[in-house]
Amino acid sequence: MSLREIWSGRRGKRTGAASPTSRSGTGRAGSGPVVQMTGICMDFPGGRALDEVSLTLHAGEVHALMGGNGAGKSTLIKVLTGVHAAADGQIVVDGRSRTFSGPADAESAGVTAAYQETFLCTNLSIGENVMLGHEIRGLLGIDWVRTRQRAGSVLAELGIDDLDPRLPLSGLSPASQQLVSIARAMVSAPRVLVLDEPTSSLEAGETARLFQVLDRLRSQGVAIVFVSHFLEQVYTISDRMTVLRDGRVVGEFLTRQVERAELISTMMGSSLQALQEIGSQRRDHRVEPSDQPWYRAIAVAQQGALEEVDLEIYGGEVVGLAGLRGSGRSTLGRLLSGASRSDSGTVEIGGQAIRLHSPAHGLAHRLAFAGERRRHAGLIEELTVRQNVLLALQAMRGWRTPVARGEVDALLGHLLERLDLDAGAADATVGELSGGNQQKVLLARWLAIRPRLLVLDEPTRSMDVAAKVHVQAQVAALAREGVSVVFISSELDEVVRLSDRIVVLKDREVIGEISNGPGLSVDTIVEMIAADRDEF
Amino acid sequence: MSTTTQQPQRRLLTSLADTIRSFVSGSRLLRLNAAAMPTAAALLIFVVLVTFGQVQYGGIVELGTISSLFINNAYLIILAVGMTFVILTGGIDLSVGSVVALSSVAGVMLANAGVNPWIAVLVMIAIGTVMGLLAGVLVDRFDVQPFIATLATMFLARGLASMLSTTPERLEADSAILGIATRLTIYDGPGVNDLVVPPSVIIAILTVVVAYVVLHRTRTGRTAYALGASEQSARLMGLPVARTRVLVYVISGSLAGLAAVTYTARLGSAQNVTGIGWELNAIAAVVIGGTLLTGGAGYVLGSLIGALVIALMNLLIIRDGSIPPESTTIITGGMLLVFVLLQRLVIARRRKG
Repeated sequence: MSLREIWSGRRGKRTGAASPTSRSGTGRAGSGPVVQMTGICMDFPGGRALDEVSLTLHAGEVHALMGGNGAGKSTLIKVLTGVHAAADGQIVVDGRSRTFSGPADAESAGVTAAYQETFLCTNLSIGENVMLGHEIRGLLGIDWVRTRQRAGSVLAELGIDDLDPRLPLSGLSPASQQLVSIARAMVSAPRVLVLDEPTSSLEAGETARLFQVLDRLRSQGVAIVFVSHFLEQVYTISDRMTVLRDGRVVGEFLTRQVERAELISTMMGSSLQALQEIGSQRRDHRVEPSDQPWYRAIAVAQQGALEEVDLEIYGGEVVGLAGLRGSGRSTLGRLLSGASRSDSGTVEIGGQAIRLHSPAHGLAHRLAFAGERRRHAGLIEELTVRQNVLLALQAMRGWRTPVARGEVDALLGHLLERLDLDAGAADATVGELSGGNQQKVLLARWLAIRPRLLVLDEPTRSMDVAAKVHVQAQVAALAREGVSVVFISSELDEVVRLSDRIVVLKDREVIGEISNGPGLSVDTIVEMIAADRDEF
Repeated sequence: MSTTTQQPQRRLLTSLADTIRSFVSGSRLLRLNAAAMPTAAALLIFVVLVTFGQVQYGGIVELGTISSLFINNAYLIILAVGMTFVILTGGIDLSVGSVVALSSVAGVMLANAGVNPWIAVLVMIAIGTVMGLLAGVLVDRFDVQPFIATLATMFLARGLASMLSTTPERLEADSAILGIATRLTIYDGPGVNDLVVPPSVIIAILTVVVAYVVLHRTRTGRTAYALGASEQSARLMGLPVARTRVLVYVISGSLAGLAAVTYTARLGSAQNVTGIGWELNAIAAVVIGGTLLTGGAGYVLGSLIGALVIALMNLLIIRDGSIPPESTTIITGGMLLVFVLLQRLVIARRRKG
């Protein structure tokens, strides 16, 4: 059953006559935009978030919303979906002016959104998450059999019919959860579907599958808003794009008419050159393991997540961990830093075996782990940036040694400057910051303790190009100062650009280790992963 | 013609069949569902406790004992059900004990002043509703933490009860309210071993059943669970967050009023110092029943088991006889702790196995 059939079935019940063709009829025919937002203004305590922003969405088009961190993309889509009320401006849906009182209100007007997977309910089943608020009711309240069937058919339409709606959501990978989130948004058969960074936790194959679904929805006349940092994806899927910068619209293009270079410079100016510079700088400062490694992990493992691994780390070295999501790369990072406890083996620092049972032990040896899910690992959203940075420092020194205010100010000023964060951000709560800036604060938090080993798990996830450049430059700078960095990223080009040595993982095992050099490229690693076969 | 009249019946039948099927498949899922494990553990340990009592002291698995267990604790079951709603959303209601005091003193005084007893009963429940509404509005509209909001209504209700009267208020011996506690003998066993079910017990059981239906078969119930997981997620999903959050306190308050009705009917009198600490008993029942204090996971049936566990522990202490009455709270507390630790152990075993 296709989604359209599900919809028409649903509509048929109400109107008596289903007309499956009416939807595509209103599609590309161009009978006027589905949504027209004009003059949207929005103020936040920190200042103006949106300034006279306009956005026009057409049926049967994928509209990309582009812009750097803090450009106002998230705020704009939250106004469109009724989460925020705009201070000024007009939203016209299907020719009617609307004021949305909340997401439910926007949904009844045909506008729904799939947010990042962290905004699902991990305590409920997959099916319940998909159907929350749309459960099918019979004479005895919710009819769970039909509700589950419906959830199953919506999931099937998205190509994820392998998920049993009855299983708990918490057992799914972030990627699958993201698809569940999209399925949820599709349940009410929206005319406008907003996707906020839908691919940030997906692997290439999963992204391709998502795009097939979007293609189908587009041909059915749904207007799709696609927010993403991945340029190539935007070029693959979108028909039209609106570019935001500092809360203003700085351009609207047809995707096929705009060059990548032009788009990037519209978004943020010239950062591309900086990226190339990092690569060449890293190559100049490449560390050849000379004397003794200061850090040695021997046969560390975690049951069910990672087979035994030996790893040596030298000072000032960047070790990249490459592998697919779920290959054990995050687990290895956690074990190295003490964020997780190893089931076996030992860790030696300077030839001495150390106790590494908890993050506190890791901190005592200045081993830090900056996790992938910043919401869960490392940042407390209710506290200010200053307090978050302070926490790590205080945790290392112990509660008996107070940290002087002046010392914190100096350190914070230094860190903010280093990470290219606004100095005024120090006293903002972390929850108020955009995703990319939160990632920077997480990094600042760990840099504050001046680590000897810093494990970065997806440090550039959901960052724009400019912020990515900045973080990569920071990693390079840290290595120059003698810090050892373990760098984990899904984006292999980052790993190749930064690392001195690359450890390749597959299926919870290390399958090889390569020294970086001129001959090494992303393809080398991809081939290595592809060529490795289990031998029985 | 006949087909049109048969259709509603047919639909009811298929709906019933679906219900049964979903119950069956639900129980099969118990094995898979981690959230159900604490409640399953509670049930297991309750059975162990019953067996222990039967072997050690005797006379536990008897109709008479079971009847009095329910009769004496109908109010606790009702309170625990109300508390489950609040805790599932991640909140807490500290006011229920005081609300019972206020509601029962006011109800008895009204009845004795000649007000129709059934109107008095309705007023008793309504007092709880109003106190719950107050707490709910404080929590939702004014963003007051549930702990503080219900602490405030707790003091308020206790103070109002004391202003009404500081001496025990006796219901007149012929008051119709006493009828709620009439001991209806369903099955006449040998000696005192009868199955006795007064209306108050039926009310308590019905409360559990209705709560189960509301929590598992209505969108409001599912919203309560979603709210317990993450308020922000629930909001972004377009669920009626504000309405649900107020509603759970209204339910808890109203059920405190209902608990006051059953308790007053059994005792025949009311006092302003009634119900001190009952909110903590209710919370203990909910937690023993496997509901997470942080919200989002748990079952109202577990809270019923939790209430019965507390009741049974008190009963066993009395049966033992050698324990000085002054130390019973220590034993209750200690057993609660042991119970929760046992629960953890059972869950840990299941996860490994």
